[in-house]
Amino acid sequence: MVSVFLIGIYVFVLSVFVGFEIISKVPPMLHTPLMSGTNAISGITLVGAVLAAGKGESNLAIGLGIAAVICGMINVVGGYMVTNRMLQMFRKKKEAGQSNG
Amino acid sequence: MDELQQWVNKDAVYLISAVLFIVGIKMLSSPESAALGNYLSALAMVLAVGVTLLQGGITDFRWIAIGMAIGAIIGFAASRLVKMTAMPQMVAIYNGLGGAASALVAISEFLRLQGQLAPFLTIVILLSLFVGTLTLSGSLVAFAKLQELVSGQPVVFPLQHPINLLGILGALGCGVWLVFHPGGMEYFWIVAGVALVLGVLVVIPIGGADMPVVIALLNSYSGIAVSLTGFVLENNVLIISGSLVGASGIFLTTEMCKAMNRSIWNVLFGGFGLTAEGAPAPATEIPGGGAVKSYSVEDAVTIMENSSSVVFVPGYGMAAARAQHQVRELGDALEARGIDVKYAIHPVAGRMPGHMNVLLAEANVPYDLLKDMDEINDEFKHTDVALVIGANDVVNPAANEDPSSPIYGMPILNVEQSRHVMVLKRSMNPGFAGIENMLFYRENTLMVFGDARATLSKMVDAISQD
Repeated sequence: MVSVFLIGIYVFVLSVFVGFEIISKVPPMLHTPLMSGTNAISGITLVGAVLAAGKGESNLAIGLGIAAVICGMINVVGGYMVTNRMLQMFRKKKEAGQSNG
Repeated sequence: MDELQQWVNKDAVYLISAVLFIVGIKMLSSPESAALGNYLSALAMVLAVGVTLLQGGITDFRWIAIGMAIGAIIGFAASRLVKMTAMPQMVAIYNGLGGAASALVAISEFLRLQGQLAPFLTIVILLSLFVGTLTLSGSLVAFAKLQELVSGQPVVFPLQHPINLLGILGALGCGVWLVFHPGGMEYFWIVAGVALVLGVLVVIPIGGADMPVVIALLNSYSGIAVSLTGFVLENNVLIISGSLVGASGIFLTTEMCKAMNRSIWNVLFGGFGLTAEGAPAPATEIPGGGAVKSYSVEDAVTIMENSSSVVFVPGYGMAAARAQHQVRELGDALEARGIDVKYAIHPVAGRMPGHMNVLLAEANVPYDLLKDMDEINDEFKHTDVALVIGANDVVNPAANEDPSSPIYGMPILNVEQSRHVMVLKRSMNPGFAGIENMLFYRENTLMVFGDARATLSKMVDAISQD
């Protein structure tokens, strides 16, 4: 049991380093899409939420699971779509002239 | 269906998913690849959730389907309807939902495994519950402040810090008790309740202009909560993606603090903008008897038309007036006359990191004209006109010159080095921090009073009439 958690801690520590490394390369211009994009990624709790909703043994546990599914799904769908909407707006000079604005 | 279930290795899919999340964020390093990166990240999500549905041992899909449909509809509608000026509020809400989802999963797991929890599992469930709940209530307060449902001013009350400390100690005590006596549901709810109240108490004393830091920090908490959920479920893809979000939030938090030359402790506990007695900061002595030069739109336009370079300096005022389209129209009109136009963006301009860039991109300003503080600061001395649109503290020269100023040492945009500084401003009210801005009284500064959006429209009209 403890070793599983230890491996989890390894994974956690290493991916924090990876995270810092790649995120420090994101230009300040894209910091808002970075935040909404990471909002979408935190919707990954959906994995835990569907298990809770699908395997819960009491009505309370299932109810909590469904609530978590709704929250997670809003994050995933809303987060990715609004990030995409923002990223489509960033244009270079030559492209900007042709767009509808 | 059965064949597919046997053929797919769940953990391999989770691994692919984790790699795609990392590659997706990595592609955000340039605006050209960013949109594709976002699609890859979304694909990673579909894979991870898909394989969980397929191989999670779930027998009843009805409730999941209903929950997913409700969430998808709300998320879809929100992403279409939200205005770009309201992005800070939206991110605040999403931080809160992320925290809520983690807390709900933690509660559900605790109920399921009640009484048979190993100590380590109890600890991570409690941490996940605590961080998730705190993120939820803190984010709701941040949302209310940004949406101006409650005052954006710092709200301070006596014994603030002792009360917070008492809450933390209380939650810690309940947690320790639960580790040794698994199954004490009432103590579990106390931890949740304390976290809910603490989230409110921690965010309520923080003022509107410090919201970029708060949103970034809550973003990080929502990621940490996801990682903790990963420990609860022994699922590496949750641990990895949660830590990416956590790292992103912490990185942005430190960037914002650096841009204000303040420590995170000062932002969170400083009650900035209020002195110890809760009174506004005293006004500094104003040179020249406090007289400012107020110009008409026409006179301001004449100066711009006779210049060869103009730098726009947007701030929260531009977002509040929703003036980004008018800014771009003015920029286009000036460019059409052969004038060099750029946009200078301070890291904490607006209410969240990158806020100004998104607004100007929405108004179709090409991103190669958007310049970071470090890129543009040396150019102001060769600039004819710096046009300040609703920015205040980020252009206050007191940060460079006046050691007694509360913002002394904060890196600012050196607009005062330009030949002319034009400030579009509603009135002479000082900015958020209540700090008098010496820029307005400078020899080379002229003020154009009025609503930024209306003033900019008039400027565009005046230029096109010639």
